[in-house]
Amino acid sequence: MTPIILKVNGKEVARDVPGETLLSDFLRETLRLTGTHIGCDTSQCGACVVHVDGKAVKACTMLAAEADGTEVTTIEGVSNSGLHPMQQAFNDNHGLQCGFCTPGMIMSGIDMVNRYRAAGEELTEAAIRNELEGNICRCTGYHNIVRSIQQAAGEM
Amino acid sequence: MSTGIGARVKRKEDRRFITGKGKYTDDVRAENQAYAAFVRSPHAHALVKGIDKSEASGMPGIIAVLDGAELAGDGIGNLICGWAITSKDGSPMNMGAWSALATEKVRYVGDAVAVVIGESDEAVRTAAEAVAVDYEILPAVAATGSALNSAAPQIHENAPGNLIYDWEIGDQAATDAGISGADHVTSIELANNRLAPNPMEPRSAVATFDEAEDHYTLYTTSQNPHVARLVLSAFYQVAPEHKLRVIAPDVGGGFGSKIYIYPEEIVCLWASMKTNRSVKWTSTRTEAFMTDAHGRDHITTAQMGFDSDGRITGFKVDTIANFGAYMSLFSSAVPTYLYATLLSGQYDIANIHCNVRAVYTNTVPVDAYRGAGRPEACYLIERMIEKAAREMGMDPAELRRRNFIGEFPHQTPVIMAYDCGDFAGNMDKAQAAADVAGFAARKAEAAARGRLRGLGYSSYIEACGIAPSAAVGSLGAGVGLWESAEVRVNPVGTIEILTGSHSHGQGHETTFAQIVAERFSVPIESVSIVHGDTDKVQFGMGTYGSRSGAVGMSAIVKAMDKVEVKVRKIAAHKLDANEEELVFEDSQVKVPGTNKGMGWHEVGLAAYTAHDLPEGMEPGLKEGAFYDPVNFTFPAGTYIAEVEVDPETGAVELCRFVAADDFGTLINPMIVEGQVHGGVAQGVGQALMEQVVYDDDGQLLTASYMDYAMPRADDLVSYQIEHNVTACPNNPLGIKGCGEAGAIGSPPAIINAITDAIGTEDLEMPATPAAVWSAIQANSSAIAAE
Repeated sequence: MTPIILKVNGKEVARDVPGETLLSDFLRETLRLTGTHIGCDTSQCGACVVHVDGKAVKACTMLAAEADGTEVTTIEGVSNSGLHPMQQAFNDNHGLQCGFCTPGMIMSGIDMVNRYRAAGEELTEAAIRNELEGNICRCTGYHNIVRSIQQAAGEM
Repeated sequence: MSTGIGARVKRKEDRRFITGKGKYTDDVRAENQAYAAFVRSPHAHALVKGIDKSEASGMPGIIAVLDGAELAGDGIGNLICGWAITSKDGSPMNMGAWSALATEKVRYVGDAVAVVIGESDEAVRTAAEAVAVDYEILPAVAATGSALNSAAPQIHENAPGNLIYDWEIGDQAATDAGISGADHVTSIELANNRLAPNPMEPRSAVATFDEAEDHYTLYTTSQNPHVARLVLSAFYQVAPEHKLRVIAPDVGGGFGSKIYIYPEEIVCLWASMKTNRSVKWTSTRTEAFMTDAHGRDHITTAQMGFDSDGRITGFKVDTIANFGAYMSLFSSAVPTYLYATLLSGQYDIANIHCNVRAVYTNTVPVDAYRGAGRPEACYLIERMIEKAAREMGMDPAELRRRNFIGEFPHQTPVIMAYDCGDFAGNMDKAQAAADVAGFAARKAEAAARGRLRGLGYSSYIEACGIAPSAAVGSLGAGVGLWESAEVRVNPVGTIEILTGSHSHGQGHETTFAQIVAERFSVPIESVSIVHGDTDKVQFGMGTYGSRSGAVGMSAIVKAMDKVEVKVRKIAAHKLDANEEELVFEDSQVKVPGTNKGMGWHEVGLAAYTAHDLPEGMEPGLKEGAFYDPVNFTFPAGTYIAEVEVDPETGAVELCRFVAADDFGTLINPMIVEGQVHGGVAQGVGQALMEQVVYDDDGQLLTASYMDYAMPRADDLVSYQIEHNVTACPNNPLGIKGCGEAGAIGSPPAIINAITDAIGTEDLEMPATPAAVWSAIQANSSAIAAE
């Protein structure tokens, strides 16, 4: 067991975790933050994307022990009051159907808007589609996910 | 802002999903929960000579290791196919036995032979590896075209030569005559590639046996929890229906693959009883590829005859359908009544004959996947007509128009009676949106860049709302295909709709509420939709086959009709008015032309206090209805794809995609368009990249997202969606259904665009860069040789 102390959605968490526990399992099973989803075994689908120290990370690619000392934000923690503009944009644009990939899409969307803004680059439709390489959706055909991220990019 | 029929109402259910508060089956944690892991065959075909459970049983945290002999010993029945098909010689289909845990023989890679129950997910997965199964490996057959070969291994004893049935429809002699007398005959051979449905949420089950009550509860990823309970009870003898509650909470996509009741759900229920623990199993993605029913997998040869005016004189089809190792729940209906009955397409064809042979192979069972039979029919017809147009030197759109059915109702020679449509109108809308007139210029511009640009059409028709129950029963269905609904008006005037339909992404909590808001003029916020729990909803047939609008909503309308009668009686009594003159406005029941009226809360209160009701009226305000459709519905449309091919690499870029659909009445166009987007994406996936691959030994080579190409955002474009509306005359709202059209209509449009670009018809799906490059090379060699 490895002792870890980290911040999750702004609150300090201290736990002893087995060395092999993935961050995704730690969030879901230990902290019961079940908004982070697991859709594959090979880090392809992106349903488990969270932010670690402000950057998008597939939580299944990281050990919980590696998250020691970090600040983790999950879908449950993206907004302190009301909806985050990215969440609102997914509702406004019908950017979700079954909802399973949605937390990962929203976390990736926020991250890409932040990165493009910091770099001073325009987040075009082509750029959004390219940036979504690591997030698979089977319901929406991506059309309305792209629209959602475009809207939020103008509002964040 | 309107929230009624036709309004783009934002989804009520979104909030829990966008905040991470959705409740999916894997999010459920039962009291005293144990975990299950399955021991699966690594061989495609083998005898099971023995199972040594001793090492695994003694590992830390292991509660039990159970096998198929114990399952059979407890009287758990075999899995069954629920639609009986009769071969053309009158014999019944040859269904082989399918035990939830294989005993004497395994028949595909992934076939489960034992289950390990333990205290943690890690413990059971580790112990499953330690169960030693003694296999005697047998030769295997995986390819559709090889299953009937005399040298192919025998998979089930009671299906000689691996033939499940040999079925036909239509008049063979008349069709042969129509083709032999034709001025032009087009022939085609093609395969419809095997696909994995891949809802993003893997299947999951949490089963709890309550010993004190002798009662089971199952949380599961199901599109039809009541059908699951019925089958688990009546056929698998897990528990009688009144002792079994099935809950399908938030379900993360289905696309058909979550219709079926799989071995894992049966085993979790049984293991819960055996161990007296709650038992949870969640599929890995690799297990999903190995166990979720696959889709499609046909090979077909066909001929179509034309007269000198380009009118179709006959259509003859011969298909082999691969069912995999066992007959899944509705597998038998897919290549027969959901495929061959759609072979008339949008065209007036007097003579059609289709022969279908269904075969066993050592592969994952195949069943309905988004479209189910209709994509296979559409792909065949629409490639055939495009090829014929090119052979005859005709414009493909004009050849379609010349053969379009223009008068309704229209009886095809393959059972279906089309009730309404506007096929030429759909084509007009698609051509205008796609700027077909400007295509030549775009092609020339692409050529200047060294790219081959092509345009392809697909004019699809499909059949939804499978019905009526008596008709499908006469064709072999083991169930009725009606839907139920209950409308409960509460004492405070809010309304709950209990439906047998199940939403796993379709947005029922919004669209079903819209039809109530429209009908009774109440705020959409005061309407809630209850579904997915057999303890709450009495019965229902679930959601698949684009049936929730045409069948599920019709049941709600029928129940609302009954509620309205009672509301009018109560309000007329209280307001001293005539029932007939009352109107529903602004959350009130009003007497027009006066200031008299009463709110829904007052009507509800009157009904439940029962202090002053019309004489003889029962208290309460709740009505139920069962709706059995009188016919199928027939969504139809024209899709146009435009692609560019890089001749150096064979890479295909999808440049634009236009969908012009006629779904009848649209309740919420935003949601309907979303259904088209997703369906088209799956169709593009089938056309360009998706393929389940087995090697000759039956090993599954595409069992992860590293190996099976799922469409990503940058593989797709923004779609142009057009609507044409001819209201369905056979249901109260005029709805046809929209869930599958995109997946049905899009593959031939894409392939026709590519073959238009590269100048050869010799191309199969998926049109990967390697496949397209090879087709270009073969074609240029052929041209050079001429």
